[in-house]
Amino acid sequence: MARAVSTSRKTFNTAIAGLLGFVMFFPVLWIVILSFKSEFDAIRSPLAILTSGWTLESYGAVQARSDYFKHFTNSVVISVGSTFLGLLIAVPAAWSMAFVPAKRTRGVLMWMLSTKMLPPVGVLVPIYLIFRDLGILDTNLGLVIVLMLMNLPIIIWMLYTYFREIPGEILEAARMDGASLRDEVLYVLTPMAVPGIASTVLLNIILAWNEAFWTLNLTAARAAPLTAFIASYSSPEGLFYAKLSAASVMAIAPILIMGWFSQKQLVRGLTFGAVK
Amino acid sequence: MGQIELKQVSKSFGTVEVIRPLDLSIEEGEFVVFVGPSGCGKSTLLRLIAGLEDVTSGAVLIDGEDATGTAPAKRGLAMVFQSYALYPHMSVRKNIAFPLRMAKLDKNEQDRRVEEAARVLNLGDYLDRRPGQLSGGQRQRVAIGRAIVREPAAFLFDEPLSNLDAALRVGMRLEISELHKRLRTTMIYVTHDQVEAMTMADKIVVLQAGVIEQVGSPLELYQRPRNLFVAGFIGSPRMNLIEGPEAAKYDAHTIGIRPEHIEISESQGSWKGTVGLSEHLGADTFFHVQCAVSPTPITVRAPGEMILKYGAEVHLTPRTQYLHRFDSEGLRKNEPS
Repeated sequence: MARAVSTSRKTFNTAIAGLLGFVMFFPVLWIVILSFKSEFDAIRSPLAILTSGWTLESYGAVQARSDYFKHFTNSVVISVGSTFLGLLIAVPAAWSMAFVPAKRTRGVLMWMLSTKMLPPVGVLVPIYLIFRDLGILDTNLGLVIVLMLMNLPIIIWMLYTYFREIPGEILEAARMDGASLRDEVLYVLTPMAVPGIASTVLLNIILAWNEAFWTLNLTAARAAPLTAFIASYSSPEGLFYAKLSAASVMAIAPILIMGWFSQKQLVRGLTFGAVK
Repeated sequence: MGQIELKQVSKSFGTVEVIRPLDLSIEEGEFVVFVGPSGCGKSTLLRLIAGLEDVTSGAVLIDGEDATGTAPAKRGLAMVFQSYALYPHMSVRKNIAFPLRMAKLDKNEQDRRVEEAARVLNLGDYLDRRPGQLSGGQRQRVAIGRAIVREPAAFLFDEPLSNLDAALRVGMRLEISELHKRLRTTMIYVTHDQVEAMTMADKIVVLQAGVIEQVGSPLELYQRPRNLFVAGFIGSPRMNLIEGPEAAKYDAHTIGIRPEHIEISESQGSWKGTVGLSEHLGADTFFHVQCAVSPTPITVRAPGEMILKYGAEVHLTPRTQYLHRFDSEGLRKNEPS
């Protein structure tokens, strides 16, 4: 039997939830509003901001000053590249941990997760020096590698969880049917784990897209992605709210749109196996 | 093709010895059933033959060649799993064709063999469905289809019918037996159901706690069980086992008599008792009779039309030529000559 909840109670709860949601979304909304104002209007009182006229001049100024598409391309290359490189390593790793666990598998999994607890700034200097010596500072390759390494534990953990839901007998059946290890992973395991793999990919693209620490520290101009593009608008010459907002909107819009269209896939993947 | 031999094969998981070193040879074209209570190691033994588990010691020979270290894919055996283990993301056609695709067979030949298997198994109408859209019996047929298309040296069945309902199980049992008659390929079949074992097997291997208790044809096992375990396990209802002074009369520690080898009479007989529960199956009636000679009720098979009241006094007489005698270690004693 469903719990009895009065209509007034429901209305109240809905209102509170709506309010909380609005509060959390408000900064983003404010940025979007500011991005359509002139630089002069953007620093006025909130009421004046809301009532002043709308303009696209900040977007024009941002595009004139820096090359949005170069940064956008870098962001795409880095986030997609690091995710797929990570997948290439994580699928076999998760396979072995899920289907042929050894005595220390759990320990290894915990150890990998523990690397996420290390503050990145703690290894900034060694990584910077290594990258300098290898000549991959300010290159997409360098960022793909470092972001892949950053997100690898998450990718492996997620895939491991999804793979564990797949009955081992099906893989054994494939083995009996003459499938080599490669065939087994390629034709049986991966297609069965597609919902899980898809949500892993989406989540990691989002994480890599938004990653700001390494992308800011290891790039200068050539490989700078959208995070560096935003950061360049909070500069020593003073804050330009409208332009900063416009740049932010341009940087987050693609990932927001992608997230919007793939949310069903994301939710399905994240709850994969929870309900049979 | 299809001769399998196990030489001193054993298997341990950690310190637990699941299979004690054992020898077994399976002839070409034979239908062999591994039967035993759950946990007896029958499935493990099958998986050792399949190569899904590695033997701890000993050797597995397939057609005379040592296959101990050979990967399952290379052993030329096909397996049908209890859970069917179909590929849920592929259509029935692709499921059945999968082993052929792995063997890189010509596409036309693949289609021909899939059509043939589908015809044999009545799956023609379902080829384009996914496993999720099929009933249990149909899924089982697809699993069998996937096994037969590759024309393996032997089929391995791991309790293939235990997920089906009773009516379907009888039907599939006949279909598998029919398939064996037609293909004449070696089949190894694992079950805990002794009725399946009796009805399907050319040769039954009875296992208990990782040890082979007896190997023989169904009738051999039924008529001459080598020890108490086999005597009690094979046959339904179970053989009546009686210890004590009554057994001593026959110079044995334990005597066994099957329900159909006991005469029941209201007037006279060797063992006096009272009727307990009666089970009327139509053709037969089983009476559970409490007698002084045995602490547990003795089961007697009588014609279906026979009716005895609960608590009625009866007399039982075993037909001594069918009496089984066992010594104090539970081993069969030879018939007195």
